[in-house]
Amino acid sequence: MIRFFKQREVMLLAIIAIIVALVTTRSSGFGTPRNLAAVFNDTAVLAMLACGQLLVILTRSIDLSVAANLALTGMIAAMINAAMPGVPVEVLIVGCVVVGGLLGAFNGVLVWKLNIPPIVVTLGTLTIYRGAVFLVSGGTWVNAVDMSDRFKELTRLVFLGLPMLSWFAIVVIALFVLLMARTSLGRSFYAAGINPTAATYAGIDVGKTKFIAFTISGMVAGLAGYLWVSRYVIASVDVARGLELQVVAACVIGGVSIAGGIGTVGGAVLGALFLGVINNALPVIGVSPFWQMAISGAAIITAVIFNARGERKRGRIILKSAEAA
Amino acid sequence: MKLITTLAVTTALAAVLAAAPAYAQTRIALVVKSLGNGFFEAAARGAEEAAEEIGDVEIIYTGPTEPTAEAQIEVVNSLIAQQVDAIAISANDPDALVPALQRAMQRGITVISWDSGVAAEGREMHLNPSGNDLIGNTIIKLAADHLPEGGDVAILSATATATNQNIWIEEAEKVLPNYPGINLVATVYGDDQSDKSYREAQGLISSYPELKAIIAPTTVGIVAAAQAVTDAGKIGEINVTGLALPSEMAAHIKSGASHSFAIWNPIDLGYSATHIAYALATDAATAEPGSVIPIGRVGEVTIGEDGQAAMAEPFTYDASNIDEYSSIF
Repeated sequence: MIRFFKQREVMLLAIIAIIVALVTTRSSGFGTPRNLAAVFNDTAVLAMLACGQLLVILTRSIDLSVAANLALTGMIAAMINAAMPGVPVEVLIVGCVVVGGLLGAFNGVLVWKLNIPPIVVTLGTLTIYRGAVFLVSGGTWVNAVDMSDRFKELTRLVFLGLPMLSWFAIVVIALFVLLMARTSLGRSFYAAGINPTAATYAGIDVGKTKFIAFTISGMVAGLAGYLWVSRYVIASVDVARGLELQVVAACVIGGVSIAGGIGTVGGAVLGALFLGVINNALPVIGVSPFWQMAISGAAIITAVIFNARGERKRGRIILKSAEAA
Repeated sequence: MKLITTLAVTTALAAVLAAAPAYAQTRIALVVKSLGNGFFEAAARGAEEAAEEIGDVEIIYTGPTEPTAEAQIEVVNSLIAQQVDAIAISANDPDALVPALQRAMQRGITVISWDSGVAAEGREMHLNPSGNDLIGNTIIKLAADHLPEGGDVAILSATATATNQNIWIEEAEKVLPNYPGINLVATVYGDDQSDKSYREAQGLISSYPELKAIIAPTTVGIVAAAQAVTDAGKIGEINVTGLALPSEMAAHIKSGASHSFAIWNPIDLGYSATHIAYALATDAATAEPGSVIPIGRVGEVTIGEDGQAAMAEPFTYDASNIDEYSSIF
């Protein structure tokens, strides 16, 4: 029983429930299923990106370029839609995934073949992709009036009570759960992160695994590019600026170890939901914007402290059981 | 380079010599940040309108192809060579253009800046599209105009530290007592990010069930708020208004999420700059603090202590004129 509650996912879920309950006492509408669905919808993009980031972080890397990737693919999709409204939105979505995947693969190649530290690579591509948004758009916005109705409405269509944006996230999360739990590729992300040397001996190409992680993260960012532009009905150079840090924060809060090898899809998604609930709750109860930042920051640091303690304990247990044997 | 300058001067001289005997026209150069920008094309239309009104004015609409100070200096130099009577410039850099414009003033050319200003020593006066007090009043008026019975309104701003927005909100709060029944219930900050602005707007909608209007004096905020109101199914109940460009808000005006919004009108700006440049170039007015210059249909401007003047309150856009302007800027 205690073990059950010590699991990060269960603990996070409990904390989220407590926050929701507390906020509901201040603002009665917050805890209603309808509003919670809206909060989930609002967090959908963040949760998807956190899943992609999870793979990258598991392999001891980090992808800071996701938000810039999102902005670039979103802008390209919006501009194509504005110029050629006849192109089906489904084709645009596939195109976004491909373009995003290519941008992610570029990160991956630099990390894999040139052995550059991922934080440097993605810090560079973050700036490059952000600049490219300016280059392709010339600094102008693509506005609601330029986009086709279907382009704008696809994320809003309601299916079984939830908007399509939420369903996109649910499907992506489900795919990630399958990938991590049911495929050897999923296991190799853990192996490459927890012990790269052992992984190499086991026949896993660590560099290639990182490359795949970056590519998948890029594909998710590309998909998120369309979803974002469709949801907020605006494509500009500044779209999603700073979101990459929220994505990393979601992973960290969800118990993903920055040192690699530890973390679950459920954790990353709950980490994103935690941030989503905080982001949505604070405006409702009228907390000052400066406090909002401080609260998000405190949550991240608390989570890191928990992570560090959790990992240390795990190490001891292994040693003890080894001694016992 | 030198050859080109010489050639340009010679050609210009020849042109002047050829044109001069015709009749004494006032030639006003409207120098913009860069050509091909809808905002400035609209300003040029206003300038032409003013020129037609005044009569003996020729407008030279010019500017560089890329928005850099260097390119604009070359344009100014060639205008000096052409001996124009007045230069009205929207500058790419407040300081870099000062020497070139000072040279122009030494040659007896009237120099004013508009839209984007030049440092005080580089021009005779600067025309701002609007003033902070005018903007503050306008954003409240936009909401009040559609609330004859009064009601709750909220402001969705950019960052909590944004200088412009904070001044405008302060001015808006000052004039609130002039609008009885209008109740400012909250001021929230969307940080000029679509997602945060959207979330803050959602927060306003759920926290204040009686909310009648969201005022966003920032373009990112107003678009996000309009979308949030649309998604919440509150079109007709909550009016989104504030400051934005017509192209950004066209769809939301059509959907009814926003009844009206405001921003400076580039046509009026070019129109007024031309009137002022003409008045100064013909010595009908002087550019000193306190002097009042009439600007045709827009009214008049008063030059302040800092050599700056505010044109008018922002221009209101609604369903009746949105199509015309959304194709311009």
